[in-house]
Amino acid sequence: MSRSVTAVEQAYRRHWARLLALLTAELRDLDLAEESLQDAFAAAVTAWPPEPANPPAWLLTTARRRALDRLRRVAVAAGKLPLLIVDDRPEPSSIPDERLRLIFTCCHPALSADARVALTLRCVGGLTTREIARLFLVPEATMAARITRAKKKIAQAGIPYRVPAGPELAERRDGVLAVVYLVFTEGYAATGGDRLIREDLAAEAVALGRMLRELLPADPEVDGLLALMLLHHARRDARLGPSGELVRLPDQDRSRWHRGEIAEAVSLLESSRPQHTADPFPGPYLLQAAIAAEHATATRAADTDWSAIARLYGELERLTGSAVVRLNRAVAVAEADGPGAGLALLDGLDHELGRHHLLHAARAELLRRLGREREALDAYGRALEVVGTDPERAFLLSRRAELSVR
Amino acid sequence: MKYALLMYGDERRWAAATEEEIKEAYAAHGRFMDLLTERGAYLGGEELDGSSTAVTLRTGGGRTLRTDGPYAETAEHLGGFYLVEARDLDEAIEFATACPEEIVEIRPVVEYQG
Repeated sequence: MSRSVTAVEQAYRRHWARLLALLTAELRDLDLAEESLQDAFAAAVTAWPPEPANPPAWLLTTARRRALDRLRRVAVAAGKLPLLIVDDRPEPSSIPDERLRLIFTCCHPALSADARVALTLRCVGGLTTREIARLFLVPEATMAARITRAKKKIAQAGIPYRVPAGPELAERRDGVLAVVYLVFTEGYAATGGDRLIREDLAAEAVALGRMLRELLPADPEVDGLLALMLLHHARRDARLGPSGELVRLPDQDRSRWHRGEIAEAVSLLESSRPQHTADPFPGPYLLQAAIAAEHATATRAADTDWSAIARLYGELERLTGSAVVRLNRAVAVAEADGPGAGLALLDGLDHELGRHHLLHAARAELLRRLGREREALDAYGRALEVVGTDPERAFLLSRRAELSVR
Repeated sequence: MKYALLMYGDERRWAAATEEEIKEAYAAHGRFMDLLTERGAYLGGEELDGSSTAVTLRTGGGRTLRTDGPYAETAEHLGGFYLVEARDLDEAIEFATACPEEIVEIRPVVEYQG
């Protein structure tokens, strides 16, 4: 029994997205495709072993049969959702790769960001509704309703099952990358709960990033996103101390970084970044990966090339106009040119980032280094008012307690 | 699929528009309708008179309440609509993007089968 569960689980991990993508194209109904494929995997748990010679073909045949059964049962039911709009239906004899269509449909901009994330994890990542609910700390019923609503909207609003073409492709690709990165950042820097990193969520995002790279080869931003996630993910074991507290980058034990992942990211980056330093980067993910790589490849914290990082942040700020990027650039400039230069760059950010603890925390650190402890104390206070997770709160409290003023 | 493109706007701006601006707005809608017709997408559409001309009925509990004015008091009012035939939401979005109004809500039309 346990051996067959393992085989089914393995098949699930390897084939879920591809089979679901194909079935959706054939049946023109995402919901029906998902349920039928789920049935097929459930059937495999009882029927395997012996494992069939071609597990995905077995699963596909079983799922198609289940779909027919279901269709017969509801054939005359009223209020059936309209069929998905599918341009050309694939040859049923082979298992072509339709995953890109599935991804672009799940990440369609007409869906809310929450819905895009949930659908992508469910349909493309193959996670169960319960797993996704747990990862996002919401009740399972809430997550199930969110996914059902999203699938209904796809059918009712006529969201096509298609890879966009022409100038639309680049824009929509950015939307897909944003969904994957959102999954990653929620795992890497959790905004709620008592844990600071949810590795399992970050690992799902990395897996999605690998899949995207397979499906959209030779796209530097896709490479950039994967490299960026790998570089952050490689530090997971060193980011938290023994009691779950945040360990800052300079204090991390670099021997605990996953060197293989860093090397993989650096080689991705080397093949996709501009060959001459004067050339602009193609997009924000590759730039962010280049910044992360500067940190990840420094032997010791003191060896970090802060001037290079400040330069890259400058380019990123020009590209995105983002206040968060400006904040990070200020921190890098403070390291390269002194805390006064960094502090000056924080001016004017309160309007956009006043509710963000990182702005106040950064200002507090720079004021402390300038010896302006009274002002640093105030800034720590403001950071503590808006900080969201317990470990970050503990970190800010300990930094504030180190000040000599009260 | 059929979609309704619902156009919303600030009526005060329309009321304050010069003759030249009004002419240009109608010309822009003419070009938009040409585009829809060329693509075989035009099913209909109307411009609505100002919200001050509206009467709203609310029926419930066995009686009907009649009020002057539109259903919702907002800065932007429904000023008109197009009914279009589009292959899918992406094409409907393409049409809505070409529509010469600031706010366009895209709503799929429920189509009954059988």
